[in-house]
Amino acid sequence: MTSIWALIKRDLLLAARDGGATGTALGFYLIVIALMPLGLGPDMQLLSRIAPGVLWIGLLLAALLSLGRMFDTDQDEGVLEALATGPLPLELVAAAKALAHWISSCVPLAILAPVLGLLLNLDLAAYPILVGTVLVGSPAISFLGCVGAALTLRSRRGGLLIALLVLPLYIPTLIFGISAISAVVTPPGSLEASLLLLSAVTIASLVIGPIAAAAALRAQLG
Amino acid sequence: MISGKTDIVTEDNTRNSDRSVETQLIVESLAVERGGRRVISELSFKVAAGEALLLTGPNGAGKTTLLKAIAGFVPPNTGRVVLTGADGDHPLAERTHYIGHTNGVRSTLTVEENAQFWAQYLGGSDAAVASALERFGLGGLATIPAGYLSAGQKRRLALARLLLADRPLWLLDEPSSSLDAAATEVLAGVLDEHVAAGGLVVAATHLPLGLARSRELRLGFAARAA
Repeated sequence: MTSIWALIKRDLLLAARDGGATGTALGFYLIVIALMPLGLGPDMQLLSRIAPGVLWIGLLLAALLSLGRMFDTDQDEGVLEALATGPLPLELVAAAKALAHWISSCVPLAILAPVLGLLLNLDLAAYPILVGTVLVGSPAISFLGCVGAALTLRSRRGGLLIALLVLPLYIPTLIFGISAISAVVTPPGSLEASLLLLSAVTIASLVIGPIAAAAALRAQLG
Repeated sequence: MISGKTDIVTEDNTRNSDRSVETQLIVESLAVERGGRRVISELSFKVAAGEALLLTGPNGAGKTTLLKAIAGFVPPNTGRVVLTGADGDHPLAERTHYIGHTNGVRSTLTVEENAQFWAQYLGGSDAAVASALERFGLGGLATIPAGYLSAGQKRRLALARLLLADRPLWLLDEPSSSLDAAATEVLAGVLDEHVAAGGLVVAATHLPLGLARSRELRLGFAARAA
């Protein structure tokens, strides 16, 4: 338990120290969303209709940016080998790192999302549910993302490769996240069913992600 | 040092029954391939408690590969690696310190934060941090971000990990690289103490480490072809 806590604490400290991880994600999210009204024109109804989708897609892309850092500096500096001799199985190492990524990237994005909703004329009723769905759905971003981060460890500039590997895995999260918001904004639709499915995707990713990432890490250790 | 397979097995049978509790590293007819090339083949040796084994040999002889295979990072093609001992039910990696070419030091954390993390993560105590840093001459640098350290100082910080948690088997890859004479002496002292306390050391090295007592295993292309 001390080991997991130490690892999460260290990763959060590094995210704050190395700078950029959280800031880049937030800045990227802000710019992408701010560009939308400029590109699409001042049609308030159109913006309002596409707002949930745009906010979710922007968030997925912003969270992707910092995924590559999850393991690569640790691999370069030989931290990974020493981590592997610790009392934690690599599955838990991956889970701890994914959790730290969620806290340092996804939670700030979830907090920023409603602010950006203003730019897109998002229906007021949708704000709490937007934050709710992002918080429920975004662990899947980190936990499925850690698989991509582990798989691309050895490839220099694997950033784009991570996106190719991981974005398709985010489709269920995206669909149920948006359908939950739509259920509130444009009834009919079942909010409960969407939220339950979104939670199911997240829970499955919490289990599958670290196991797959650990398998990839083992292959890269040698 | 490199003995035939049958030789080892017979010795094993007589020993295992009465000395099963003593910590001992047993490498049995190990073969490892890297990138489709057989780097180690039919290698068998033992390291008993209180022994230091130095792996020597030319570049590319398989020293690092052997260390990684012992640590379990590289799966062996054949053969096995066992670390017997009182807590033999724990995986070998959890009873091992592995210090490779790279130092495992994150440059944006301070020296002390790096050491503290390893102490907590590896199950050591925070109390060991200060003395470990002091031992390797990093006491005065504790609050400096590790990125500002010289190569030798970073190496010392990596080696300080050895003292942060109690592990019987130490696997060291070129531990004295970029160390100055004084630091090499400190390292030799630390290794000697570990060995005297019944620990095991397997170190790949080109330079003499100045240990009080050690055996040497020479890896070479001839041994590999055999």
